[in-house]
Amino acid sequence: MSVLVYSESEKNSFKKSSYEAVSYGKSLADKMGVELICVTFNCSNSQKLKNFGADKIFNIESQNSQEFTCKVYSTLLLKVIETENVSTVILSSSADSKYLGAYLAGYTYGSYISNVVELPESINPFIVKRSCFTNKAFSSTELKGDLKIISISSNSYGIFEKEGKGSQEEFKVDEIETNHKVTNIEKQSGSVTIADADIVVSAGRGLKGPENWKMIEELAGLLGAATACSKPVSDMGWRPHSEHVGQTGKPVSSNLYIAIGISGAIQHLAGINSSKVKVVINSDPEAPFFKAADYGVVGDAFEVIPRLIQELKAKV
Amino acid sequence: MKILVCISNVPDTTSKINFTDSDSKFDKNGVQFIINPNDEFGLTKAVWMKESNNASVTALTVGDISSEAILRKCLAIGADNAIRIDCEALDAYSVAKEIEAHCNEINYDVIICGRESIDYNGGLVPGLLAGYLDYNFITNCVSLDINSDDVKCSREISGGIETSECKLPIVIGAQKGLVEESDLIIPNMRGIMMARQKPLEVIESKDFSNQAVDKKFFKPEEKGEVKLINADEIDKLIDLLENEAKVL
Ligand SMILES: Cc1cc2nc3c(=O)[nH]c(=O)nc-3n(C[C@H](O)[C@H](O)[C@H](O)COP(=O)(O)OP(=O)(O)OC[C@H]3O[C@@H](n4cnc5c(N)ncnc54)[C@H](O)[C@@H]3O)c2cc1C
Repeated sequence: MSVLVYSESEKNSFKKSSYEAVSYGKSLADKMGVELICVTFNCSNSQKLKNFGADKIFNIESQNSQEFTCKVYSTLLLKVIETENVSTVILSSSADSKYLGAYLAGYTYGSYISNVVELPESINPFIVKRSCFTNKAFSSTELKGDLKIISISSNSYGIFEKEGKGSQEEFKVDEIETNHKVTNIEKQSGSVTIADADIVVSAGRGLKGPENWKMIEELAGLLGAATACSKPVSDMGWRPHSEHVGQTGKPVSSNLYIAIGISGAIQHLAGINSSKVKVVINSDPEAPFFKAADYGVVGDAFEVIPRLIQELKAKV
Repeated sequence: MKILVCISNVPDTTSKINFTDSDSKFDKNGVQFIINPNDEFGLTKAVWMKESNNASVTALTVGDISSEAILRKCLAIGADNAIRIDCEALDAYSVAKEIEAHCNEINYDVIICGRESIDYNGGLVPGLLAGYLDYNFITNCVSLDINSDDVKCSREISGGIETSECKLPIVIGAQKGLVEESDLIIPNMRGIMMARQKPLEVIESKDFSNQAVDKKFFKPEEKGEVKLINADEIDKLIDLLENEAKVL
């Protein structure tokens, strides 16, 4: 038996969430007394995973896996799963990994569970803790399928360096047939994404209009943070949909979440609640967000934010 | 073209989340149920495709009789017929298996689900269904264009949008962007009256076994009091974030 981590890479480098998945996989493999296998696709840097516990590293190179599609990746991963007698697959919570997880489970008749926040409390039966009801609750869930597929919630486990055997294995694959082809990828360059960010600076209707986001962007820039917004702000077209966070938008589980001019409606809080530290800046001391936050400033954003920017600039 | 829209019945977003049966079940007492928001974006898109693609739209839910109210709403929004597979939806595997069995009888060209439900947040049903049926699959889908059996679609990826092309049949995980919030159809009186005439068929469950069993639910720990910082002393906030919370 073994544990397999699908280690996502982009242009030969790994994101933090990939290392976190490997760290989780290593601890699980140790707990089960088995080897940790890491699979990468078209990545020349896969040896790096040795430092986080990879015992065997398979880097799969093929023409139609240059871009991610879940059919091709699932088919290729299934080959490794079969030849290496894999019992448990670990994924991060990236868009691609979550996309892959459910399909892979269907394709292999395995059982997949997302938003996992801890190591399993028991291996046999296999019971893990996950968040649900958009972070309003957790559940201890038993997985019954023979193949278990777990995607872990970002920032829930941490990254730990631990040397593995790190043997690089050859894996010959045939091209997989598919009629699904990626034709275009458009990415905003330079900006930090909400999913990858340690810090998220988020603003709401309290900012009055899209023209006032300059200071939000400046603050985010100084902190190396991603920008986000409340639902009405994206509905009104002040900010792109990709910034809408909350129960019906993107989930946020950053280390620091700064909410500016956001009232803290239940649907908003639900999506951002798993962030570790929350700061609220709001002119209304009765705003519900103050009940959910760790630190709060009662004040006018148009005065507080420039001051905050000034202080941060003075520090660097 | 035949479109199936899979609808999940979820607690209203303002619901208090409580549990019963020694914390092993969600407490439905006093909870208002709604169409899962991601599913509603998908349903609206499907209703548009009745015209653009001459499609027929079936709305389906796996659930007990209490879920018929949202199916009626789907009919009022514009679905042509509705199907309820009669069983308690206990986990995503049995739900996806029930839908798969139905899809093997009626070959739909496009199956639209929400990218995830707002209650269990598993994001499982669309992917499982695509995997079981061996159909193409796109989730976090923000655009969909179908011409005979050629599909052009895009999905939200980390930091951007990816566009791809494939062939039917396909399973879609819908989200906002596929249609906008302002595009959602609020049923009018005529729609509601017409919905009463449209067929709502009840199919027996095939009783698939569960693969994921929630043993126990619990709530997050209560939060401590917020620490207030004076608006004139913003340097203190930075200091606390740096040295107390250690997040800067
Ligand atoms: C089905 C459903 C799903 C939803 N999903 C989401 C979701 O995913 N995400 C989400 O965010 N919302 C969601 N909502 C909407 C949610 O209920 C709230 O309406 C929304 O979060 C409010 O956004 P806001 O805080 O920006 O605006 P408001 O509630 O208008 O709050 C603005 C805040 O700014 C403060 N303010 C005003 N001026 C200033 C100033 N000068 N300086 C500082 N503060 C100021 C005010 O005191 C107020 O607290 C959903 C609603 C429904 C019904």
